[in-house]
Amino acid sequence: MIAVAAILLSDLFAVVMLFGVYSLLTAALFMDLDAVDVAFTEAAVGAGVTTVLMLSSLHLTGRWEALPRRKPLLGLLVIGITGAALVYAVLDAPLLGDPTAPVHQHVTPRYIEQGAEEVGMPNLVTAVLASYRGYDTFGETVVIFTAGLAVLLLLGIHEDARMRPGVSAIGDQVVLRSVVKPLLPLILLFGLYVQFHGDFGAGGGFQAGVIFATAFVLYDLVFGDGSARAVVPSGWLHRLAALGVLIYGGVGVYSLLAGKAFLDYSALAADPVHGQHLGVLLVELGVGIAVFSVVLLIFYAFSGRSRRR
Amino acid sequence: MLTAAIVAILVTMFLALIRTFIGPTEYDRMLAANSFGTKTVLLIALGGHALSWNSFLDVALLYALVNFVGTIAVMRFFEYSNASEKRDDPGTAA
Amino acid sequence: MTVILEWLSGLCLLLGGALCISGGVGLLRMPDFFSRVHASGVTETLAAPLLLSGLLLQMELSLDSVKVIMIMILVLATNPTATHAMAKATLHGGQHPLESANGKDRGGDGSSKP
Repeated sequence: MIAVAAILLSDLFAVVMLFGVYSLLTAALFMDLDAVDVAFTEAAVGAGVTTVLMLSSLHLTGRWEALPRRKPLLGLLVIGITGAALVYAVLDAPLLGDPTAPVHQHVTPRYIEQGAEEVGMPNLVTAVLASYRGYDTFGETVVIFTAGLAVLLLLGIHEDARMRPGVSAIGDQVVLRSVVKPLLPLILLFGLYVQFHGDFGAGGGFQAGVIFATAFVLYDLVFGDGSARAVVPSGWLHRLAALGVLIYGGVGVYSLLAGKAFLDYSALAADPVHGQHLGVLLVELGVGIAVFSVVLLIFYAFSGRSRRR
Repeated sequence: MLTAAIVAILVTMFLALIRTFIGPTEYDRMLAANSFGTKTVLLIALGGHALSWNSFLDVALLYALVNFVGTIAVMRFFEYSNASEKRDDPGTAA
Repeated sequence: MTVILEWLSGLCLLLGGALCISGGVGLLRMPDFFSRVHASGVTETLAAPLLLSGLLLQMELSLDSVKVIMIMILVLATNPTATHAMAKATLHGGQHPLESANGKDRGGDGSSKP
């Protein structure tokens, strides 16, 4: 229902708000399906960062949806065929939680039964993400890094001469500033908690990176344009993003040099489980740093431009 | 009693959603979206306890934060085009 | 002792739920943006700690209770701030509060009455 309304409204501002609401409902649905880490990431990214970025791009492009110049019949045909094919494929899929489904047969029992001893951490999601499927997560981190690279190539980070770091766009906001100022270190502390608690509860590198970036975005929104840029210059962010990916890849290369397979964590310490712990810690650190710097970079790129009249 | 509170929160969320759809000005929509977000935090906290979800309080804490940042972002990007670009002086004293 | 705690928790949850609904109804039925902001802001900021303390009394004392207290503090700190900031931004954007009961404004640019 929310999706239909989002399509029908032409006021893009309202559409962004509706997207935030939609992503929130999806997060609640994920929680109901017992997928807490995914819900966490969905709430952080979908309702938080995406709303801010979409609003800053709306600020650049204008608020009302332009009327289409011709009827997009070809697009409708393509979507209709693809949608029908997807629905047909889903009809054949096994039901949720069906124990005889192929996805539950091959590797999953091993993950579930032996994950806790082999990797040594209670949170199975982090164990699968960082250790069993470490290659995939490495690919994801490189994708995030590439996205940041693409934004840099396309938009660039402009230091707008009209920006005044001390002046906030929403005017003289004593209440807002005095409330947000003590809140910021608490947000950073929460980000650190989520980063390192990912072994036991929900959390991990992706969520923690987004939370860190949210703290800086909040600082930038409340204390004036460019104030976050004064604290974390964009030159640092380029290097931090690369550093995140390098840490992840570096762990893999180290285990190669130690004589085992790429990203085999047992090469990191004498006791294999200890090596797994160390490996997951370093890898999540790399992911967190990469996500934080890329999200903040994209925010700088979007918010630094003013509307060209 | 917990279920009664959860039902009350769900009803309020639905009312706030109606206001998001019909609010005549953008400010109404912004207010209703913020209200929806706060109610969602309460829903996750109460519902998570009732349904015994795993680590639900972390999600609730995160969403309370995200809701606040989203509201501030809406104001900043919505008011900026009206206010700050017309100003010539450095603005009122901070 | 546990009976008292259960009764107290039930009372808090009931009050919090009733306040929530009254805030939602106020959001829909109030004629003007500023009255809506007042209705929803005040009731929400009171309903959230009530509901959360009702939850707190039902849980055992553990790390979870500390987290509930943290959520309560966060909502208590950020909700009034967001309400204040929204009302200030709306005033800055040119909306005026409704002046008289029969819908006529005193003659400003426009009220936010639908």
